[in-house]
Amino acid sequence: MGSPIECTNLRKTYDGKVEAVRGLSLRIDAGECFGLLGPNGAGKTTTIEILEGLLSPTSGDVRIFGQTWKEDPRQLREWIGISLQETRLSEKLTVRETIELFANLYREPRPSDDVLEELQLTEKSDSWVGKLSGGQRQRLAVATALVGNPRILFLDEPTTGLDPQSRRQLWDIVRGFQERGGTVLLTTHYMDEAERLCDRLAIVDHGVIIAEGTPPDLINRLGGHHLVEFEVNGVSDGHALESWRSLPSVESVRHEDGTICLNVREPHLTIPALLDAVNRQGQQLEHLSTRQASLEDVFVNLTGRHLRDG
Amino acid sequence: MAMTETTLKKSGQTPPSAPARTTGRWSGYRYLLWVRLLELTREPEIAFWVFIFPLLISLGLGIAFRNKPVASNNVAVVAGDEAAKTVAVLGAQPRLGFHALTLDREAAMKGFRLGKFDVVVEAKADGTYTYDYDPARPESVLSRSEVDATLQAAAGRKDVLVTTNHASSEPGSRYIDFLIPGLIGMGLMNSGMWGIGFSLVDMRQRKLMKRFVATPMRRSDFLLAVMSSRLIMMVIEVGLLLLFGVLVFKMPVAGSVFAVLLLGAIGAVAFGGVGLLTASRAQKIESVSGLINLVMMPMWIFSGVFFSYEHFPAVTLPFIRALPLTALNDALRATILEGASLASQSGRLLVLVLWGGISFALALRWFRWT
Repeated sequence: MGSPIECTNLRKTYDGKVEAVRGLSLRIDAGECFGLLGPNGAGKTTTIEILEGLLSPTSGDVRIFGQTWKEDPRQLREWIGISLQETRLSEKLTVRETIELFANLYREPRPSDDVLEELQLTEKSDSWVGKLSGGQRQRLAVATALVGNPRILFLDEPTTGLDPQSRRQLWDIVRGFQERGGTVLLTTHYMDEAERLCDRLAIVDHGVIIAEGTPPDLINRLGGHHLVEFEVNGVSDGHALESWRSLPSVESVRHEDGTICLNVREPHLTIPALLDAVNRQGQQLEHLSTRQASLEDVFVNLTGRHLRDG
Repeated sequence: MAMTETTLKKSGQTPPSAPARTTGRWSGYRYLLWVRLLELTREPEIAFWVFIFPLLISLGLGIAFRNKPVASNNVAVVAGDEAAKTVAVLGAQPRLGFHALTLDREAAMKGFRLGKFDVVVEAKADGTYTYDYDPARPESVLSRSEVDATLQAAAGRKDVLVTTNHASSEPGSRYIDFLIPGLIGMGLMNSGMWGIGFSLVDMRQRKLMKRFVATPMRRSDFLLAVMSSRLIMMVIEVGLLLLFGVLVFKMPVAGSVFAVLLLGAIGAVAFGGVGLLTASRAQKIESVSGLINLVMMPMWIFSGVFFSYEHFPAVTLPFIRALPLTALNDALRATILEGASLASQSGRLLVLVLWGGISFALALRWFRWT
C-alpha cells in the first residue's frame, strides 16, 4: 500500500485558458498533518479537489494509498473524509440527523454519539442546523467527515471566518484525529494555523509549490530567525537599503511603506550597529521593533507579496 | 527509523477508530429518502403549495362555476318613447333573468363596449327595433336572441313546434368534473418540476450535492431517493384532490382508484424526468426557475387544464396531444370520468413514457454533480 496521498506533475487548466495548477507534486506520509499554504487564488482548492477525486486534472497522476481514482472510487471514498470550503447543509435537519445521514452513506461508520461527543456537539444534537453558530456549523461539517471513520481527512480552509476560540477547538479536533493515526491534508491562508497545526507545509503560489518543508525548516531558510523593523525620517532610497544590508548579522533587507525590515541572525549584534549608523548619518529613528520571523515573512521573501494581498 | 516508518504505515492502513457498526446495502438510500421526507414536513410552505393550493383552486373555481345562476342578460334600453314598455316586457320574463336599464344611446354604447351590457336595444319611432350586439361574444349572441324572442312573443308571435327542455347538470358532466382531473395533472407537473428540478439545483448551489458525491454514496441511490419521495408525495397529492372532489363536489369516480394512482405514478415519473433534465446543468436557482417556467408555460396554456384544448385550431391538435400534460390530463379524465381502462389508452401512456424515458436518459448523461 502506497503513501496516503501522492501526486505527480498535476496540472489543471480551466476552459483551456486559466491555469489554476501548473505542475504540482506532493507526497504525504501516513500520520502526517500536511498544509497547503498560500494566498486566495493560488490554486489550493483546485489542488485539494483534484486529490479528493472531485475534479479531474488536465494532466498528472493522483494516488490515494497507491490507487488511482479510476480504479475503485467508492473504495477510496470509504477511506477519506472531506470538509469542503463551503457547504450549506440542510437547515431544517437536526445535528444528529445530519451526522446520521452521512454515517449511513459509509460502510463502517463510527457511532454518531462518539462523533457528537468528540466535536462537542452533544448539547446541540437536537437543534436544527439553521440555528447553529458559525463555529458549530464548521464543527458539524468536520463531524460529517469524521463519522465515516476515514483514514485521511481533507479540510479546505477549515477555520476561515471563525472566531479564535472556535479555531482552537477545530485545531484540537484535527490533532485528535492525527493522534489516532489519521493523515490530514488542509489548506489555509492563515500562517499561524499552518505553523501550529502542520507537520509539513507546501507554500503554493500561482499554481506551483514555491517552498516545502517543516515550518521551522522554512523559517530557517530565511537565514535569520529575527526581524528588526524600523523607520527613519529622511530619504531611504535604494542606495540606503544597500547600506542597511551591510550591517553585521543582516541576511536580507526589504522596504515596505516607509518601514525597513532587516532579516537578522543575531539582533544583539545588529541593533547597536544600526543605532550608530543612524546617528552617523544625522537621521532620527522614529520607530524600532524586533520580532521572531514567521511563515508570512517566508512568503513575502519568496514572492514580494503578503499572503493576505492575494 | 525503519521501525517508526512501519508503525506509521500500519496506522495509515487502519481507520483511526475500529469499526463499531456496519451499514447495509440500502441504508444510504433509506436515509436519504427519510431525510427528504423529514425536510418536506418541516417546510410548511411546501405543504401549502403542493397540497392545499390545488384544493383552494378547485374549491374557488368549483363554486364559481357550480353556482353560476341562469345566465343573466344585461340589456341596455336606449331612452325613448317605447323604452319603458320594452323594459316592462323584458321584466315580465323572470326565468330569463333580464337586467334591463334605460340609458341614453351614448351611455348605453359605452357600457356595452366595457362589457357591462350584453346587448343594446333601441325601439325606433316607426315601431322597429335595432339590436347592437357582438357576434364574437357568446353571452351577447345569447342575449340578442333571448331579447328578440321575448319581444317577438310579446308582439304576438306564436311558437309552432312543441318542445320540452331537460336541464342537465348531473355530476360527471359539470365543469368541476372536468376541472379536478386537470388540476391533478397540473399538480403532478408542478411538483415534478419544482420538487425535483428546483430542489436539485438548490442542493447543487449549496454545494451539498458535491458534498454527497464526496462520500461513497451511490449516485443511483440518491436519484432513486428523490424519485421515491416524489411518488410518496404523489399518492397524498392525488388522493387528497380526488377525495376532495368526491366529498365536496360529489364527483363520480368511474375508474378504479388503483388505475388513477398508477396514472399518477406514471405522470409523476414522467415529470420527474423532465424536471431532472431541466435541472441537469443549471448552477443557480434563478436560472432554473426561468427554465422551469419556460418548460411549463406551453402546457399551462395548451394542455387543457382549465378549459378544453379542442378550441385550438385543428392543425395544432397533434402537437398539443404530444405534450406530456395533455396526455396525462386526457388519461386522467378518461379514467376518472368515463372509467376507461389503461389498456385502451396506450397512446397517451406511450407519450408519457417517452417523455419520461428520453428526458431521464439525457439528464443522466448531462447531469452536473459538482
